[in-house]
Formats: sequence, structure tokens, C-alpha cells
Amino acid sequence: MLKLVTKNIGIENSHTLAVAKANGVYSRVEKALAMAPEAIVEDVIKSNLRGLGGAGFPAGRKWSFLPKDSPKPRYLVVNGDEGEPGTVKDKYIMIHDPHLLIEGIIITCFAIRSHKAFIYIRGEYDLPIERVEGAIAEAKAAGILGERVMGRDFALDIVVHRGAGAYICGEETSLLESLEGKRGWPRLKPPFPAVEGYQRCPTVVNNIETLSYVPFVIEMGGQAFADLGSERNGGLRIYSVSGRVNKPGVYELPMGTPLRQIIYDHAGGIAGGRQLKAVIPGGSSAPILTAAEIDVPMDFDSLAKIGSMLGSAGIVVFDETVSIPAALLVLARFYAHESCGQCTPCREGTAWMTKIIQRILDGDGRMGDADNLIRIARNVLGNTICPLGDAAALPVISWVTKFRPEFEEWIKRGRPVSQAPIPVTHIGERTAVAV
Amino acid sequence: MSGDAHMVDHPGPVSWSDAARREIDAIFAKYPDTKSATLPIIWLAVREFGWISPQVEVILGEVLKRPLNEIHSVVTFYTMFPQGPLGRHHIQICRNIACWLANAPELMEHLVAKLGIHPGEISADGRFSLEEVECLAYCECAPALRIDGRYEGNLTREKIDRIVEEAR
Ligand SMILES: Cc1cc2nc3c(=O)[nH]c(=O)nc-3n(C[C@H](O)[C@H](O)[C@H](O)COP(=O)(O)O)c2cc1C
Ligand code: FES
Repeated sequence: MLKLVTKNIGIENSHTLAVAKANGVYSRVEKALAMAPEAIVEDVIKSNLRGLGGAGFPAGRKWSFLPKDSPKPRYLVVNGDEGEPGTVKDKYIMIHDPHLLIEGIIITCFAIRSHKAFIYIRGEYDLPIERVEGAIAEAKAAGILGERVMGRDFALDIVVHRGAGAYICGEETSLLESLEGKRGWPRLKPPFPAVEGYQRCPTVVNNIETLSYVPFVIEMGGQAFADLGSERNGGLRIYSVSGRVNKPGVYELPMGTPLRQIIYDHAGGIAGGRQLKAVIPGGSSAPILTAAEIDVPMDFDSLAKIGSMLGSAGIVVFDETVSIPAALLVLARFYAHESCGQCTPCREGTAWMTKIIQRILDGDGRMGDADNLIRIARNVLGNTICPLGDAAALPVISWVTKFRPEFEEWIKRGRPVSQAPIPVTHIGERTAVAV
Repeated sequence: MSGDAHMVDHPGPVSWSDAARREIDAIFAKYPDTKSATLPIIWLAVREFGWISPQVEVILGEVLKRPLNEIHSVVTFYTMFPQGPLGRHHIQICRNIACWLANAPELMEHLVAKLGIHPGEISADGRFSLEEVECLAYCECAPALRIDGRYEGNLTREKIDRIVEEAR
């Protein structure tokens, strides 16, 4: 099976410069630096490389939006916040192949004519931070970074910026505020970061994984990379699989691989021989799929077509024993905790949705509560500065709509009719931590 | 977000060590403006002083040349900047979806019983503090926790016992 960004994982000391180089890392820089920057952007557009942080925006097109005539410096900001529940992939690149990431950053900065990149890494990631900083130091010492990148007339400096525990800072404008030393309150868009980003300068924000694919686009050419994936979704990507499967982990597979294949052929199927009940296909913010919907190809357009999203490709699997209302409380509580508080619909809506789900689970649910949840979620949806509000509302709408009888069972009986046979869902029984 | 926790004072005045001052200069050199150095310098202060107290906020304001209200607003926004002392070993246990599916609530109960403290508390001997956190991005090894800057996954009661014993 073809692997690209996970190819070197498992090789001893793959994070060191010598081993990385022996395994092809930095071999594409020379070719890229001999190209015209615009030609690189064109090739990346052709490759159909999509933004793999969540939104799926075509990477090359984003780069092409940078104003051509601005006298201001341009920045590349690399998103390593990895906060979306169920998403664990960027960590593998940072720990095992940090030089590949640096190679991607060099090529991207050359293409967008930037001389400074920041890598924003979530604060909990001690080892990834250590590895990326170590790799930058090695690359500087070897003349790969610095005033003359690999001896060429191109200067590049990379700075690692450590986050401090805030999911919202994964949202690109919140991240920029945080990088500027402020609270992570998202900005209204437009202007988009490409026009006014870090320090109001033209800025490209890309995810770690997105940038790590760039060297392969250069190596094989945009068209060949595009051909590896599905229509308009180029190449491969890393799927993170967790929850009730036999082999949770990360799997690098082509864009458009059917979800069923990922769950059953790669992740070993459902744990304990139980039946599949539901799947989150793209991180906690992605609307849930039922067991009947898993033949969907895992690419941005196919999932959008069935009302969900590929997002960060964080797949979370639920078996038949999981209580959907109890699981939803876990997510609702998360969004309430992580709402930055700036927009009233999100701040209040996430808190109320959590309280209502909690009261349903406590046996105090009211007959209209399923509708209440959907109504509140709809009032959050689209009414906030950043998409965290949508991220909180979409699961509520999809979970309550697709599993409505389960919510109503809780409401009618005060507790579920079909008690889970294994004791894993105690959260509703007044032991849950108040928000 | 955090923010309503009360800050704990340091027992006496605080000041930067010479090493810290040198590090502050090195941090400033990385950014095009001083404001962007705010988070890294707060991180440095956490390392130097253990937590961010009102006194620490004052000297943060001095080096960053920012008013106290701005410093306070930043410090209290981020959950990883402690506003009071932590135990010598700080345990963050994940409560989000993959860990919850892997029995995290029960392990949390076990940890609470074992350490004799609830989330937000420090053990009487000052050895441990406990915090319940959202997804650590270690879902593939759920249930997971973070202790002293490293991740531990595939937790069981036995594994938790071992981690705690080794940290004692
Ligand atoms: C609430 C929220 C959290 C996000 N968290 C992350 C994250 O942790 N990592 C990430 O790369 N993108 C995250 N994003 C997406 C970013 O806003 C942005 O789209 C992305 O970094 C752009 O890079 P890409 O085009 O390469 O995906 C988040 C978005 C939202 C709304
Ligand atoms: S849900 Fe616990 S690490 Fe992701």
C-alpha cells in the first residue's frame, strides 16, 4: 500500500536529519527552488491537495489569494493545534518526521515568497514540540534553514510557538490572535488571513499534514498526485480511527477510501464482535453517520453530499451498546467548555444544550426537549463569528434527528429502555461534572 | 474557558533570574514585535515561578510593556497557565469522547480514590494535583492522561497504579 507522509514512521531515528535525508526528505527542495514560485502554486492547484485541518479548502488556491502588490512581509503560519476530538494525526508527523514538515514549509514559503514561518503547536505536545524544535536546530546547523536555504538566494526562519490549552485557537483567526499575544478570540472574516493575517500582513494558514504533502506534489507532479485520490480530492490523507474498533490508530490511505473499508479492513472491525451503531467521520464537529451510511467515500465532497463533513478525518466509532444521548453530552459539554465566550448564541447556546442533555440523562427530561435541542442548535448555526458555533450545533442536530427515539426513550422512562450491557456510559447518572 | 478561578499570591516579591532575562531577550528576537512574545514569556514565567500570581502578572507587564488588564486577560484565557500552585506531579485525565468510550469515567473515579483528591485539588503532601481535560489528541490509545508533560495511554486501573507509584 502506498504511503507518503507516514512512509518513514517506524524507521529508527526517523526524526533525525541524517535518517530523514537517507529516506528522501529534502530531496525535493532543489527541484522546487529551481521552479518559478507561480509554477509551484499552479502545480499544487493541479494536485487537488485540500486543506487537511478541517475545512478542505484547496491549498494552492489559498496561496494564490495572497495579494501580489502588497509591500508588507508575508507569513506562513502552520497549524499544529490538533484539538478536534478524535484527531491525532499531526502528532505522528511532528514526532516521527519533523524534517518532512520543514521540507514542506520551505517549498511553501518559497512558493508564496515568505521568509518567516510560525508553527503553532498545542501546549500539551511536549514531545512533538521538542522534535520539531530539534529538527529546526539541525536544519539551521546544516544550512537547510537560515539566510541561504541550501545555498540558494532564499532566506527562511521558522519559529515554534507553543499554545496554552484552548481548542478555539485551532481556528485560524483565533490562532493568529493567540500568536499575536492576545486572547484567542476569532476575527470576523473577511478580511481573510491571506489579505490581513498575522500583524495584518498577508498570511497563509495551513495544517501540518497539508504542508507535509507538498514535497510529494513536487516529486510526482500535481497531476500524478491528484490521480491518487478521488475527484477534486487529491492524494492521500491520514485517517485517525478511535472508539470501539479492534485496531484504533492512524491509517494513511487514498482520499475517497470508503468508510466501511477503513473501519473493517484497516481498523479491524468493531471490538468484541459487536454491531456498528454510528460513526463520526471527521472529528467531533462532523454530523454523525448511521451504520447504514458507511459506504460513503471519505472525501470532502462525498461527505458534504450526505450532510456530513470529512473535516479532520478523525473517525470515532460507536458500537450498539453506546448510549447516543450520553455520548452527545460528552461533546456538548466540550463545546460549552471551549466556547470562547465572544458570541452570545454560541456562549449561551452551548451551555443550554448541555444543560438540556444533562437533564434528559438525569431523568428530568421534558417532552419537548428533543425539539428544544434542535431549535437552540439552529439558533446558534450561522450566527457566530467563527465556525465553533456550527461545530457545536451540527452534532446536536444530526444526533438528535438520527437517533430521536433514543432521546425520547430517556425522556419517557427517565432512563434508557435498553440498558447498555457493558458499564461504560455512567456519565448521565449525576456523576457528570457540571459545566 | 477558565477565568473565574482566584489567583493565589506568591509568598513574597518575585523577580526574574538572570537566566530568565537572557531567555526573554532570546524570545523577543524571534518575533517582529514584542506583543507576540506574550505566550512564550508567560510559559517562561510558569517554569520560573510555578504559577501566575498577581505579582507575576506585574513583572510580566513590565517586560512585555503591556497594561496589567491585558496580561490578566491573556493569562486567564488559557487553561494551561495555572493561577495557583500545582502538585509536584500534575495529572491531566481526558474526559472527551474516545476516552469516554474507553471507560475514562471509571478510571477517573479510581484516580480520585487513589489520590484522595478531586479535579482541581492538590494532595495534602503536595505530590499530586489532578485536572480533568478535553481531548488530548491521544484518542488512538484511549483512555489517556498526561503527567509531567508526557502522555500515557491504554490506561487500566493497574497501569494508573503503576504510574502513580512511579511518580511518588
Ligand atoms: C473550532 C475550530 C477548531 C479548529 N482546529 C483546528 C486544528 O486544531 N488544527 C487545524 O489544522 N485546523 C483547525 N481548524 C481549521 C482552521 O481554521 C483552518 O481552516 C486550517 O488550519 C487551515 O489549514 P488547511 O487549509 O491546511 O486545512 C479549526 C477550525 C475551527 C472552526
Ligand atoms: S478523547 Fe481522550 S485523547 Fe482524545
